[in-house]
Amino acid sequence: MPQVSTTTVHDVVVVGSGAGGGTVTNVLANMGVSVLLLEAGPMIGISDFKEHMWPYHVPHRGAGAKGQIYFNQPTGFTYSATFGGSQLDGEPYTVAPGSDFSWFRSRVLGGRTNHYGRVTLRMADYDFKPKTTDSLGFDWPISYEDIAPYYDKAERFIGVTGSIENIRSAPDGIFNAPAALRAHDVLVQRACAKNGIRAVAARQAVTTVPRNGRPACHYCGQCGRGCTTASNYAASYVQIFPAMKTGKVQVIANAMARELVTDASGKVTAVSYIDKTNGSEKQVRCRTVVLAASACESARLLLNSKSSRHPQGLANSSGKVGRYLMDTVGFSMSAMVPALSGMPHYNSDGYGSHLYVPWWMWDRHKELNFPRGYHVEVGGGYGMPGVNSFNGVVNRVEGYGTSLKQAIRDEYGTSIGLSGRGEMIPNEKSFCEIDPEVKDRWGIPVLRFHWEWSDHELNQVRHMQTTFRAILEAMGGRIATGGGRGGGRGTAAATGMGSQPGQQAPQTGQNGPQTGVPTVPGGQPSSGGPGQRAGNAAAAVPISRGGAIIHEVGTVRMGNDPQSSPLNKFCQAHDVKNLFVADAAPFVSNADKNPTHTIIALAWRTAEYLAEEMRKGNV
Amino acid sequence: MSEITRRDVLRRLGATLMATGVLDRISAQEVHHLAMAQSGSNGAYTPKALSDHEYQTLVRLTDLIIPVENGKPGAVAAGAAAWIDMLASENSQLKDIYTKGLTWIDAEMKRRGSADFVSATPEQQTALLDVIAYRRNSTPALDTGIEFFTWARRMTVDAFYTSEIGIADIDYRGNHPQAAYVEPTEAIAYALKRSGL
Repeated sequence: MPQVSTTTVHDVVVVGSGAGGGTVTNVLANMGVSVLLLEAGPMIGISDFKEHMWPYHVPHRGAGAKGQIYFNQPTGFTYSATFGGSQLDGEPYTVAPGSDFSWFRSRVLGGRTNHYGRVTLRMADYDFKPKTTDSLGFDWPISYEDIAPYYDKAERFIGVTGSIENIRSAPDGIFNAPAALRAHDVLVQRACAKNGIRAVAARQAVTTVPRNGRPACHYCGQCGRGCTTASNYAASYVQIFPAMKTGKVQVIANAMARELVTDASGKVTAVSYIDKTNGSEKQVRCRTVVLAASACESARLLLNSKSSRHPQGLANSSGKVGRYLMDTVGFSMSAMVPALSGMPHYNSDGYGSHLYVPWWMWDRHKELNFPRGYHVEVGGGYGMPGVNSFNGVVNRVEGYGTSLKQAIRDEYGTSIGLSGRGEMIPNEKSFCEIDPEVKDRWGIPVLRFHWEWSDHELNQVRHMQTTFRAILEAMGGRIATGGGRGGGRGTAAATGMGSQPGQQAPQTGQNGPQTGVPTVPGGQPSSGGPGQRAGNAAAAVPISRGGAIIHEVGTVRMGNDPQSSPLNKFCQAHDVKNLFVADAAPFVSNADKNPTHTIIALAWRTAEYLAEEMRKGNV
Repeated sequence: MSEITRRDVLRRLGATLMATGVLDRISAQEVHHLAMAQSGSNGAYTPKALSDHEYQTLVRLTDLIIPVENGKPGAVAAGAAAWIDMLASENSQLKDIYTKGLTWIDAEMKRRGSADFVSATPEQQTALLDVIAYRRNSTPALDTGIEFFTWARRMTVDAFYTSEIGIADIDYRGNHPQAAYVEPTEAIAYALKRSGL
């Protein structure tokens, strides 16, 4: 029997401490509401971050113990602030036959926000009404106007770089000044312009001015290692630590939520969790509960909260929990750009990307054979050398001695990578459910994934492929990698960090068959190229693997109709009034905007609504 | 603490931490201390995976792969062979690759009339590398050597460019806090001019 640790009834129990849980915790604590925060992983401290370390400060220099990187085994992200991965000891998941899906999980205070790419994009007005626009997928029960005030609040609080551009696909926000472009950014911007595409300052969750006691960015380029000055956004150091100072927040680390306990009226009365430090099961009582465990974990928790009153799981009278799982469509291409060879070296660290390409064809779908769109992230510069950084050039030139050294020198910093990040249309074949047999080490039933891309996504990737080639060739680039499966991040490959596990050596000229002329479909001054044609299904499309872009959303969606949506427009369960969801699970679609900003804005709105409903005595 | 004990502690710590995934969470300071303790042993490195002779052969190979250039130190000063041996001591597959590869090198040198690789003249050594450093020379008789050299070259390059010496050599200028991000005007002008954009 679970042990009830206290008789205290907590006002709000939040499950999960990433972007959603961190936001809810911070907003409620600042409103004077007490929060008990359950995190499945350990606590984290600033001293856990390995910012400014050199490769020679770790024994394996990034190759992993036993030199795993040389055997294509995961190395455990030697310097990054990534705590987790797609395989966690004792915490399996299964993938249905015929499906391909990987599920990345972080178990630590702050979750994936400690290391993520910090791309911060508002969804556009039309992104909330996709079905109305092109009759595919579903409309959100809210509009841009509903969420815009929360994007404002989030940007003021977090600090986001950017510039005012008046582009409908990329609504402007409240930005702080972006850093100057790097040399390769200027080439990309000009090459895009030549193809009728506009590239603008990147929008990153990095404050470039002092903010709420956080110093401005110090431009070391290591956002992914966690920021020791908290100048970029992570839920841990920007939201949870400050919230803990209010005295309103209690954190229980190493607490793996198992199920939600309900009473006869159908309300949640307690959260049952495994204390991972000793494997015992405990319960905390609650007045309300907010799930922010990540889209799939939140769905899993609901589906595992079965009872005679809720035979399909909690908040699931619609049968839609776990359904409409989406990821981002990913494709990357990189090129060696001879114009950059021999360039005077400079410190290109900065922060993340300084340049990005918002979707430019939002009003020209008639020219396309796929719905919706994508944005492009740009990588390049003189990255800190790491294991595998020069494997591509070494493989190509071979030899040894000073000629090899010279070839490495000539190629260093000449690689430019473009990563497309596009919208997936929700489909009936992509979902997660409880595996009928497999359980994790604590006996909690695990998820089984089903996944299928459709022609909508495959055609989009073909368009990326043609477009990226045109941009890179416009600057004289020699295509190095066309982006195989796995959706590898162009930035990592292009900056020569090269420490991603399993990353293959770039092979110049090994790209797939070239089709069409190198003009960009839809580019304004196009010389009359035919644009992207419907591809032949037989041709392999190098689309990322499901889950690989780590933007899994959906699974517990919002909607006005309780028959078809588990949550209402405030992310409150239709069936269970004191149950809220505040991660990416409520997403109705997965626009070409990285989900974190919308997770934060939605969670902020949900937290304010929850506090108001508590004040009114409605929950 | 004696060298041996310290290395053992490091190895055990490393293995345990990696196995449990805790290495990601040990503090930067701890890792720094570990690394310092380890680099302290670089001066008189005692190979753990390779025999003394194999190790000396590897040292010479790394010297040829990334040599001293215009007085600037190369892979030997960067401790490349020690790093490779350290990894090989933790991975029997890797150790096998090196022991078999180094044995092949010596056997081939013997076939060419020298006692072994290290005692051959620099000209004899480079004559062999000129063959096995290129995939285009693939033959059934040479493939073992070509494949091994690919491993040795890749790991020597990694060892060198992840060392303090190699990072200075490649002229990476970052990894320190800056008060402002300076626009690289000179680099931009260079790139634009050469790209024709």
